[in-house]
Amino acid sequence: MNLLQNILQNISKPLLSVYFTAGFPELNSTSVILHALEKSGVDMVEIGLPFSDPLADGVVIQQSSQKALANGMNLQKYLQQLAEIRPLSKLPFILMGYYNPVYQFGMENLLRECSKIGIDALIIPDLPPQEYEEKYKSLFEQYNISFVFLITPQTPTERMHKIDHLSSTFIYAVSSAATTGNALEIDEKKLAYFERLKSVGLKHPIIIGFGIDGKQNFDLATKYAAGAIIGSAYIKIISQSTNIEQDTENFIRGIRN
Amino acid sequence: MIQNKYHANEKGYYGDFGGAYIPEMLYSNVEYLRTNYLRIIENPEFQLEFNQLLKDYVGRPSPLYFARRLSETYGASIFLKREDLNHTGAHKINNTIGQILMARQMGKTRIIAETGAGQHGVATATVAALMNLECVVYMGALDVQRQAPNVARMKMLGATVVPVHSGNKTLKDATNEAIRDWIQNPENTFYIIGSVVGPHPYPDMVSRFQSVISEEIKIQLLEKTGRENPDKIIACVGGGSNAAGAFYHFLDNENVELIAVEAEGLGINTHQTAATTAIGKTGIIHGSKTLLMQTSDGQIEEPYSISAGLDYPGIGPLHAHLFVTGRAKFYAATDHEALVAAKLLTRLEGIIPALESAHAFAVLPKVRLKQNEIVVINLSGRGDKDMETYLKSNF
Ligand SMILES: Cc1ncc(COP(=O)(O)O)c(C=O)c1O
Repeated sequence: MNLLQNILQNISKPLLSVYFTAGFPELNSTSVILHALEKSGVDMVEIGLPFSDPLADGVVIQQSSQKALANGMNLQKYLQQLAEIRPLSKLPFILMGYYNPVYQFGMENLLRECSKIGIDALIIPDLPPQEYEEKYKSLFEQYNISFVFLITPQTPTERMHKIDHLSSTFIYAVSSAATTGNALEIDEKKLAYFERLKSVGLKHPIIIGFGIDGKQNFDLATKYAAGAIIGSAYIKIISQSTNIEQDTENFIRGIRN
Repeated sequence: MIQNKYHANEKGYYGDFGGAYIPEMLYSNVEYLRTNYLRIIENPEFQLEFNQLLKDYVGRPSPLYFARRLSETYGASIFLKREDLNHTGAHKINNTIGQILMARQMGKTRIIAETGAGQHGVATATVAALMNLECVVYMGALDVQRQAPNVARMKMLGATVVPVHSGNKTLKDATNEAIRDWIQNPENTFYIIGSVVGPHPYPDMVSRFQSVISEEIKIQLLEKTGRENPDKIIACVGGGSNAAGAFYHFLDNENVELIAVEAEGLGINTHQTAATTAIGKTGIIHGSKTLLMQTSDGQIEEPYSISAGLDYPGIGPLHAHLFVTGRAKFYAATDHEALVAAKLLTRLEGIIPALESAHAFAVLPKVRLKQNEIVVINLSGRGDKDMETYLKSNF
């Protein structure tokens, strides 16, 4: 059982997952940030592999990606950094990135590296379920790496079940029709969607992301789901920070308390 | 009967290229299109309205013009397919008419588009005005500057033009932003893509709407020469929609030589180029697996061309397939060669071509032409929008 599976089987409080872009604000910030997040009590991390053209991301993550690439981040360095940090951390690591850099590296090469290092799951938003099922499912199983699928307010119920069936750890529910970083606006439609997520009867836990920017949204989302993911709001904090450890702790405490 | 060798299969693959590499946020829209586009297009009422608009509104059929002096210069019979004479000045409107009818059929109330040269943006703003639909066009901030006349036209047509400041501020970046808009407006918005790029079914759908070009060439050439098949067809390729339209009905006839011309920019080895087939590798861009200019690490490379409409780091999956199978020959023309070709065409025939189209003419000195060979060049658009660039280059 990997760290992620372990956490998901023993959920005692709402899970807090944090996304940040590797190599931002500095090339070697990754270890500082991971340490700070772990100390502050987050449950898991999504570590972004920067891409030149991140279609599903809003301005904040676009800019952090651009800066990270300019800093010299690439998949090789990314794996190197995580390999060094892994022995010092108990957090589940999830790689979040776009398909093209992974495609160039080779999926099997990547899965082999992830398995060696201890990266538990991959989120690749532009790799669709059908392609995963036909080309990669057996490889992921072979290396015991989980592929995390997205669902959205527009995903038909039948398809949610199909995705549930293909999933092995959790399902990433996108909070609204949006790119990352758009503040979540709660209205009746959204609540109806959250209700649907809760009542549709998926086997795997759901974690809600996109637009979760603080305690209020986190508390609301986790009424309906096992956890929630904070990305852009955290990247904004560290992009202006002169003391990442302290600012991370304050930010996370503000959500958890 | 159309064979499948050079056409998309039901999953949208041309050989190894194509597909729909989209985030889940776009799934419902793309899936609806995928499962309905053929039914909608093949509906007789749709066909009737589409053809009527192409005739009375666009002014089709566009003439097939025998370019006498150009022919004498190169020693072949050269015909120009005059897409430059269409309403709005390029081939782009063939596609936007088709897609706006599709959007209306699907009950969409808001139209978005990306544009490079601004021709697709103008063609989209035009049909949106015609159908009384809201229209937002994304355009790289650099292109907003270098194609200013088209920005003015879009605004007059009632469209909102949004300048995009990411990347090189050109077509790729405008497309990223249009896709992000679509993600955020999945219910009311139809994305009118301007070339044979994007997730399936767009490449096939746009090819079909543009296929009227080769359908007419066959008829017109038969009238003029007694043959319906030329020896060669030449077209420029940005994403590849005018080339797809000009090639479409000849794809399965291997006796017709297909010649695609990409923008070489300052030269293949300068990194200031948009010649995808020369330096690209298989990758994923804008929802499609295709040839792509990229770093060894899989980051998309910023392209360069003097021509905003060809300044794109990929090509449509059909063209990637035509390239690797050898069905089409790919050439590249530099900025300078395109400018020289534009000037020559202007002085020989009294036709000022779009900078994009000028690239197609620029390979005439490079391809081996036989005496009496019949060559069709797709003159995809007119040069009004490029006057500033032409004047700056010392004509
Ligand atoms: C006149 C003209 N020709 C060609 C192109 C290139 O597009 P495509 O390769 O899709 O025909 C453009 C694009 O803006 C254009 O305006």
